[in-house]
Amino acid sequence: MNILPIIVIDGITFASWLFLVSVGITFIFGVLRILNVAHGSLYAIGAYLGATLILQFAGHDQRSWITLPLLLLAAIAVGLTLGPLIERVFLRRVYGQDEVIGLLTTFALFLILEDVVRLIWGIEPYLVEGPFRLFGRVRMGGIAFAGYPFLLTGVATVAGLLLWFIIHHTSFGRQVTCVINDREMAGALGINVPRIDLMAFALGTFLAALGGAFTAPMMSVEPGMGVSVLVLAFAVVAIGGLGSIGGAALGCILVGLARAAAVQLFPEIELFVIYALMVAVLLWRPQGLFGTIELRKL
Amino acid sequence: MIATATRSRLASGAIAAFAVIALLPLLLSDWVVFLVALALAKGVVVLGVVLLLRGGLIPFGQALYFAIGAYTVGFLANRFGIGEALVALPLAIVISALVAAALGLLLTRFRGIYFAMLSLALSMILYTVLIKFYDFSGGTDGLSVRGFALAGVTPAHPGLVQYYLVLVLTAAVVYVGARFIASPLGYLMQAVRYNEIRIEYLGASAGRAILASYVISGAISGLGGALVAYLIGHVSPDLAFWVSSGDFVFVAVLGGTSSVFAPLVGSIAFEFVKNYALKFSPHTWQLTLGVFLLLVIYFQPQGLWTLLTHPRARPR
Repeated sequence: MNILPIIVIDGITFASWLFLVSVGITFIFGVLRILNVAHGSLYAIGAYLGATLILQFAGHDQRSWITLPLLLLAAIAVGLTLGPLIERVFLRRVYGQDEVIGLLTTFALFLILEDVVRLIWGIEPYLVEGPFRLFGRVRMGGIAFAGYPFLLTGVATVAGLLLWFIIHHTSFGRQVTCVINDREMAGALGINVPRIDLMAFALGTFLAALGGAFTAPMMSVEPGMGVSVLVLAFAVVAIGGLGSIGGAALGCILVGLARAAAVQLFPEIELFVIYALMVAVLLWRPQGLFGTIELRKL
Repeated sequence: MIATATRSRLASGAIAAFAVIALLPLLLSDWVVFLVALALAKGVVVLGVVLLLRGGLIPFGQALYFAIGAYTVGFLANRFGIGEALVALPLAIVISALVAAALGLLLTRFRGIYFAMLSLALSMILYTVLIKFYDFSGGTDGLSVRGFALAGVTPAHPGLVQYYLVLVLTAAVVYVGARFIASPLGYLMQAVRYNEIRIEYLGASAGRAILASYVISGAISGLGGALVAYLIGHVSPDLAFWVSSGDFVFVAVLGGTSSVFAPLVGSIAFEFVKNYALKFSPHTWQLTLGVFLLLVIYFQPQGLWTLLTHPRARPR
């Protein structure tokens, strides 16, 4: 049997999922220069809220198209509440300090959010398979694939294109670009930098929650689900170059295909191959594929 | 530069502190003694983190050496039946140092957040290897560490012997760390943090200073991992997981990076806060630790150590 199509399709769907969970990290790093360790927890909160909304409003069977707007709503809610809250209250104090302080602040938030999730939703897993069953199976080249992961590919593509559009073709996006290039100069030109910071972090939070919400139907939503996701996302954004959204997309495709190939050919090295790829790419290009080299200052 | 008077005061303070810690088993219950030993052993790992943080590098993958040290002990005890600490501990140091020397050659090209992420990736590689290769590492079950012996003697009260072993080795590592920080290479690391290009204009090699620090840091953290393996009596892949690395950086900043004693103070504070949080609010112990960390970052960013040396110093 030819396993190439399986590898390609599995790889693409895994890459889509990876893109949703990692693009927020690279975007937030680009603007705020903070590597958000709490990103995995925001992903988990998106999944929990999405699952809760479906259980609440989608009826007994859950096999209804209403579930999809509900998942989107969950992501928007997380982005609009937790995003501004975290940026305003916790992150704003540490801008411009040592990198390790930014890293540890979000690490502290990660610890806090992990317990908050347990306090709110308990430790029992949540299962919301409705949307997954809604899409049934798709036959391609004599092989049956689950349909839902293709929705994930669609969501990731739309999210990526929208983000690209926002950054390049809106006033907000141009202001973000200014802030990324030179915060001080952007402020001097009249751009409200703290507001851009706030909106950028909220957008990144929304993307994390979006990834979580649309993953919820594919797996059991349970404590700790964001913990291992985070390092995968780190690997992807490091491969692509921190701060580069195009890089994150390319990183996802590389990692997705490599992992899918490993799963089919050498299942033992499934996770190993991701980190090995990251190390290999960074040895070749220390700033990642699309990263910019920072000038060393005298 | 620390004035000689301050230095001798610090040295006598340290000797007094170690003497008090040495007397603790007479006064306190077994579990407190165990906790102090565990905190000191982890403090040794954190000292390795601090050596790199002083150069502005964030070792977000120090769990790699922690796990290498621990698994060296685990393998010897579990697979070869060698519980002898005088064999396992030097071996843990040597293996950690060799791995650090090899990886250091790659890592010294990186700075800032990429250094952090690459060291994280390297530790996660070890994690996945330990998980997936069940026959070799026991998988997620890990390995139990049995048959602790010191100089051929299997002690009747291994806990007490391990306590003093940890204490003596911690003192030795603190001495080595202090000597390194006060050496030309150690001072160079401090300069790396502020401005690397100027160092090179002055004719020194920043890369060499970082590599030397990285190897020493790895060896120290490996020793700490080996000690923790004996104390806990079990090793598992979680030792190499990224959260474990995060905890070490957490404790390093908690204690502060200005002194070799700071990691020990930070580690003892961390272990006790963690244990009491687990005891009094088992569902929110992580939350408690997170809040504790945030408070330190916001109000005591130089770490707890400066509370002891400059009690009246105000936070910035």
